[in-house]
Amino acid sequence: MKRLVGILVALLLPVFAWAQDLDMDEYLFGHVGDSYGWHVTTIKGEPVSIHLPVIVRSKTTGWHVFSSKYIEEGESYEGFVLNEGGKLVELQPDGTTLKPLDISITKNVLGLMVNSLILVLIVLLTARWYRKHDATKQAPRGFTGLMEMLIMMVEDDVIKECIGADYRRYSPYLLTAFFFIFVNNLMGIVPFFPGGANITGNIAITMTLALCTFIAVNVFGNKHYWKDILWPDVPTWLKVPLPLIPVIEIIGMFTKPFSLMVRLFANILAGHFMLLGVVAVIFLTAKMGIGLNAGLSVISVLFGVFMDILELLVAFIQAYVFTMLSSVFIGLSRQHSNS
Amino acid sequence: MSLITPDFGLLFWMTLIFAVVFFILAKFGFPIITGMVEKRSDRIDESLRKAEEAEKALAEMDERRQQILSDAKAEQARILREASATSDSIVSKAQDKAKEEASKILEQARIEIAAEKESALRDIRRVVATLSVEVAEKVLRADLDEDEKQGAYLDRLIDEVQRSQDKS
Repeated sequence: MKRLVGILVALLLPVFAWAQDLDMDEYLFGHVGDSYGWHVTTIKGEPVSIHLPVIVRSKTTGWHVFSSKYIEEGESYEGFVLNEGGKLVELQPDGTTLKPLDISITKNVLGLMVNSLILVLIVLLTARWYRKHDATKQAPRGFTGLMEMLIMMVEDDVIKECIGADYRRYSPYLLTAFFFIFVNNLMGIVPFFPGGANITGNIAITMTLALCTFIAVNVFGNKHYWKDILWPDVPTWLKVPLPLIPVIEIIGMFTKPFSLMVRLFANILAGHFMLLGVVAVIFLTAKMGIGLNAGLSVISVLFGVFMDILELLVAFIQAYVFTMLSSVFIGLSRQHSNS
Repeated sequence: MSLITPDFGLLFWMTLIFAVVFFILAKFGFPIITGMVEKRSDRIDESLRKAEEAEKALAEMDERRQQILSDAKAEQARILREASATSDSIVSKAQDKAKEEASKILEQARIEIAAEKESALRDIRRVVATLSVEVAEKVLRADLDEDEKQGAYLDRLIDEVQRSQDKS
């Protein structure tokens, strides 16, 4: 996020850092959470924000579309106001609040759109090379070559390996999932606009992805897969009269995608928290004297560099792990289909 | 906004955006790339296989060439050997024939010479006999004109005969 800018400012102007009174809660959750506007940076005490459209549907007054700038400071607009959790609620005449249907283009949605656009551009540009060249006669170089290497690594080492014979049907989804997660993870590490939105560290995002894997596993699962769940090869007393193992298996159907969801979410969120915490040290020690502040600033910058590099690794690993486990789950649902 | 409760708005947009991204990439992105790369790797495999085949064929050809060469050499040696044997036999045969012929001619010549000698001897004998008879006739005719001489002569002849009988 703005931490790199913050680091520079803090190093060059410790006085500026003194002037900041850091509210840790707002700082951390403001950065990893979602919001109606995108706070890009603050210049001379004036926040520089991108105002995003708020789209809400009230049960009583219907659709409302307005800019987030009207509600950012906590004022009410068209009967809507932010509550303590930062969510938009509708004020009722009797003083109570109601939750409207809220499909606003929030910070995460905008980040998602930008990242998706980047992803689509990258992949389509790569695909364009293959349309324009005879790939049987020459191999791509440069960026296309890198993309080919990544794509074929996922395709050959993960998808083909884990799913087996009919991997072709799943390969577009798994490749999309891999690059979607990878691009969003990387963009999350970029500290300035349009990066920095904590997208893959948001549970709604990972939930959708896990749901896709759940559908891919269960909708296309073969007979053997369902037999293994409902009538597994275990002693009969484990199935009748109390269907112990089937119950466990059915729970397993849901825990697998659930673990996918939580793993990605928690890893990315934790990475963001770590980075933010490391940077926060600079601001928190600002009041403790210039010596301590300077010393800890140096340490936190060094540690921040280390964390950033680690996060780059995590960005790749989590995308890889999600794809691999999805492939494994899909592969399990396709077992014995050929025998 | 809470961290662990999925927000409906974000779920909605995420589903929409991911569906669109998936549709675009699954239709125009990844299958094209993976398909082309697969085609290329197939082609590389094919080329490698062909190269191996060509190499095998080349080795086979080399072997055959080697085989032909050694066969030719053996053939050449055999022909040479046969030729020399033939020539030897021809020469020896010719020699034998020549010797035979020569001996035949010699034999013939010897026989002819013998015959000639015989006839020559016979002629000489005849001539000598005729001559001696004629000479004897003439001598006898001349000597026997006188009686005395006749008697002397007869005596001598008888003596001679007697002597020759005594000798034998």
